[in-house]
Amino acid sequence: MLSKRIIPCLDVRDGRLTKGVKFAGNVDIGDPVESARMYYEQGADEIVFYDITASHEDRKIFLDVVERVASQIFIPFSVGGGIATVADMRAVLLAGAEKVSVNSAAVKNPDIVSLGAAQFGSQSIVVGMDVKKVPVSEAVPSGYEIVIHGGRKAMGLDALEWALTVESLGAGEICLNSIDADGTKDGYELTLTRLISEKVHIPVIASGGAGNPQHMVEAVTEGKASAALIASIVHYGQYTVPQIKDYMAGKGVPVRGVW
Amino acid sequence: MLAILDYKAGNQTSVKRALDHLGIDNRITADPETIEGSLGIIFPGVGAAGQAMSELLTSGLADVLKAQIWKEKPLLGICVGCQILLDYSPENDTRTLGVVPGECAIFNPGWTDEDGVPIRVPHMGWNQIEIVHETPLLAGLDPAASFYFVHSYFPVPADEYVIATTTYGRPFCSVHGREGLWATQFHPEKSGRPGLKILKNFADYCREASRAQ
Repeated sequence: MLSKRIIPCLDVRDGRLTKGVKFAGNVDIGDPVESARMYYEQGADEIVFYDITASHEDRKIFLDVVERVASQIFIPFSVGGGIATVADMRAVLLAGAEKVSVNSAAVKNPDIVSLGAAQFGSQSIVVGMDVKKVPVSEAVPSGYEIVIHGGRKAMGLDALEWALTVESLGAGEICLNSIDADGTKDGYELTLTRLISEKVHIPVIASGGAGNPQHMVEAVTEGKASAALIASIVHYGQYTVPQIKDYMAGKGVPVRGVW
Repeated sequence: MLAILDYKAGNQTSVKRALDHLGIDNRITADPETIEGSLGIIFPGVGAAGQAMSELLTSGLADVLKAQIWKEKPLLGICVGCQILLDYSPENDTRTLGVVPGECAIFNPGWTDEDGVPIRVPHMGWNQIEIVHETPLLAGLDPAASFYFVHSYFPVPADEYVIATTTYGRPFCSVHGREGLWATQFHPEKSGRPGLKILKNFADYCREASRAQ
């Protein structure tokens, strides 16, 4: 049976984690490579890196991080943040990432999705979607709207419609982030997650709102997601990946239990 | 030295990184003499079978591979490399290498999983294998281990070549071959420790086989 995936997400700026990760012993690790290795050892099923480096020159530092990660962990990992062209995609895939994630760039220029899928295969192209709940309108019939720039700019684009569009353009996966749930620790936005998961045929990764392992169970059962993205719940040492997986397995969710 | 076959439809560098990590001498190469001199060949593959096969034919590597298999050089096919060892793939209506009898088939999105939910295609993520025939390639694996899959087509070799199966909608062959000529539909180089164990088993087998000759 296909396992539900647990995916820690690491934010990187100038080659360092924006917030350090505390592992056993409460040692604060700011090195993304070392943190990725720790999560790999803990049995994470995949890892996501978001590069929030502002300047173009510092991109090299990030690519070096990607290369070092690729030589130390032997599970798939994806890279997002600042990917705007096919050349950007090629650079991170060549550095050893399995997948690239595009978000704002895809909204502004949907061709990037189809070009990337044609060049590297759909399995390499993840579309990240930041979504906000809004009143139902003609432009946004699902009541969920796509936003960009960290939620600051609404696009007048319906989230469900966009999900179906990127699927038809060749996206291999959708990473669905609820701006409303993000940071609340109250759980994933299950109505949204289920809405999108039921309508597309590609895997959906639920993101935003994880506060405890029960939330992950809900994301993949009620929300019908294929995977759950987690960040602060593990970064601050509140839970470990094995604890989360044990809990999920206890609730009957298929997880990868041996690594 | 293990030769990682270099052609335009492979994920050679991830395989190389995994072998480097294991301390296994390896080289990414398309040179027939280097391949001839290797202890064994790893034949990776990504993308579509049609494109991968045409790369093999135009580069002449198809004949090099067949000759090496004929001489019983150990070989491990991965993903599309696993599918191409068979006779035929309906993906791009492709006649493939034909060194293992059988064809490929595609997952049907009408199939449902254990909970009655339609399967998503491609089959992407971690799944388990059930070993049908014990083989040195899969020796010492935890029976509960999972492996990383990304594919829409799967191999359907002749029954006697089925080594392990995986269930996605229904059981399909996830490892096939015979001793010394193996292929995995999943990516051992991306499957954590159990995957690395398979690569190490292959390297160990290659070393033994060359010593025995």
